[in-house]
Amino acid sequence: MSEKYIVACDGSSASERALDFAVANAKSTGASILVAHVLEWSPYSFLTPEELEERHKRRAEELDRAQKAVVDKIVKSVSDQGVKVDSVIKYGHVAETLADIAKQEGATQMFIGRTGHSGIAARVFGSVAVTLAQIAPVPCTLVP
Amino acid sequence: MQNKKIIAGVTAIGLALLSIPAFAQSIDESVNQMFSSATGWFVSFIFSPFPGTSFPWIVGWLVVAATIFTFYFFFIQFRAFPHSISLVKGDYSDPDDAGEVSHFQALATALSGTVGLGNIAGVAVAVGIGGPGATFWMILAGLMGMASKFTECTLGVKYRNEYEDGTVSGGPMYYLTKGFAERGLPGGRFLAILFSVFCILGALGGGNMFQANQAHQQISGILGGYPGWITGVIFALVVFAVIVGGLKSIARVTEKVVPFMGVMYVAAALIIILVNANKIGWAFGQIFTGAFTGLGVAGGMVGALIQGFKRAAFSNEAGVGSAAIAHSAVRTKEPITEGFVSLLEPFIDTVVICTMTALVIIITGQLTIDPTTGNYITEGGRIVTASGASGVGLTSAAFESAIGWFPYVLAIAVVLFAFSTMISWSYYGLKAWTYLFGEGKNKEITFKVIFCIFVVIGAAANLGPVIDFSDAAIFAMAVVNIVGLYCLMPIVKRELKSYLERLDSGAIKKFK
Repeated sequence: MSEKYIVACDGSSASERALDFAVANAKSTGASILVAHVLEWSPYSFLTPEELEERHKRRAEELDRAQKAVVDKIVKSVSDQGVKVDSVIKYGHVAETLADIAKQEGATQMFIGRTGHSGIAARVFGSVAVTLAQIAPVPCTLVP
Repeated sequence: MQNKKIIAGVTAIGLALLSIPAFAQSIDESVNQMFSSATGWFVSFIFSPFPGTSFPWIVGWLVVAATIFTFYFFFIQFRAFPHSISLVKGDYSDPDDAGEVSHFQALATALSGTVGLGNIAGVAVAVGIGGPGATFWMILAGLMGMASKFTECTLGVKYRNEYEDGTVSGGPMYYLTKGFAERGLPGGRFLAILFSVFCILGALGGGNMFQANQAHQQISGILGGYPGWITGVIFALVVFAVIVGGLKSIARVTEKVVPFMGVMYVAAALIIILVNANKIGWAFGQIFTGAFTGLGVAGGMVGALIQGFKRAAFSNEAGVGSAAIAHSAVRTKEPITEGFVSLLEPFIDTVVICTMTALVIIITGQLTIDPTTGNYITEGGRIVTASGASGVGLTSAAFESAIGWFPYVLAIAVVLFAFSTMISWSYYGLKAWTYLFGEGKNKEITFKVIFCIFVVIGAAANLGPVIDFSDAAIFAMAVVNIVGLYCLMPIVKRELKSYLERLDSGAIKKFK
């Protein structure tokens, strides 16, 4: 069975580094790459009545924007390098959703960039990288 | 930058107005007079008693409806309670639908429209007139009201309009027309129009003027008396900035702070009740005895019952139809699931929060008792209170007697609750307005401007005429809506049966 790498991509420079690292590995192992883009979303947030009414429409717009502005470019660049690539866009808690995607897609490894914040904010609110280090269902590489 | 300008402008206007108090006072008076003479006939019609009794027919109407729904769906509010909670937790939500409106969000938005001054001021009015016994009837009405809410919100989702651009519109207007057509019943369109008219009045009354009025009373109680219309103008400007100017940030902040305030209110009430733990038994004794004897209040048992039922209905809006508008945006394949979720609303609103307010007022001894008879002392139909206050002032005095600084927190809570209720009702009113007059930017702005004008009127008028009109308008919505619910309840029963069968057979799966 061929290997499948999940790379968390949000268009940031950290995620680009993770992607480059994953692609370099994939070239030597022949793995395919799944570009995963997660939009932060909590079903327990509070919205106004107007926001409720427009939510379905806004969601469609957000998905469309994410596809065009972030995912399509990445997919093209990976595929240009001769690596088999696929993509997925989901809503949810970023780290948990990435872990879920890894399980569902039967991925063999995960790659995630980290921004390297060590400040108070990261300690209080946690970070995607730290949470994934704890809950990742497959080996997870943090790319600095 | 724009905000700063608005604030500076408002402050300048406010200061200018304060310098001419006599003139300002007379504006309040004339607004009040005009308002009560214009709405008097409508109020007396809605609250006219059954011939030969003092029992308003409208209260009977609501109670009978809630009872019928409770029996027709065989105590659905108790049977489905655990399932409702797991729906809100998201146990049955498809992860692929993440990013859409969740059950929790629909419930939270609907709640922030209903949890408001009804819970703080309305309850004080109820026990201030009907005595502690009103609490018993209020809780009972809350429990029964859960069945009404279940019925209307299921229909709200089932018959909502989904437009091509992905937005949705729902509510009694839509189920009255589409549901009636589906069952081959006449008059759906007529009822929908009637409902929309009353919904607009309700939005301007209970959803607006009552809120502005009580917010002003609370603020002026702390800052010292000043003319109501000044509060009105300031409130109107902020509301205008949100609903016309699209300042979503204000609305978003309110939506986040309101649930927090609600939790804090209940926590403070619980602390006061626990500190006076030795009086809990006595307080419930007063509530039960009062419920069946009245303990000297005007109208005795019936007086307590009317107050309890009235304020419960006003607070949780079960059967009124407003919640059906708020709940209809949820993403679900099963309309009935939103019915289950919505039945938690009267429970949280009335059975939990309203009861807390009533208990605090009773336990802190705000209502004066004649020591020789054990009955409450009344004067002009109201129970004489320790501080002489009524409405929101009574609740404030009750909390203050236990926690000295709480009136300040309460004032902030009242203002925020009032504000979030206004935002919700401006939306309900707008939906009714566009149903009547059609969608369109100018038409929408017209309604929004009218809405803001009524904020000023509400803050300036006296509590008496405002509360009467607010009640009357909201109950008028219930008259139309409940007629519709009676005609459409077989549809809800069919949905319920099919859903429960699939739930039992495992066709409807948990995702978590």
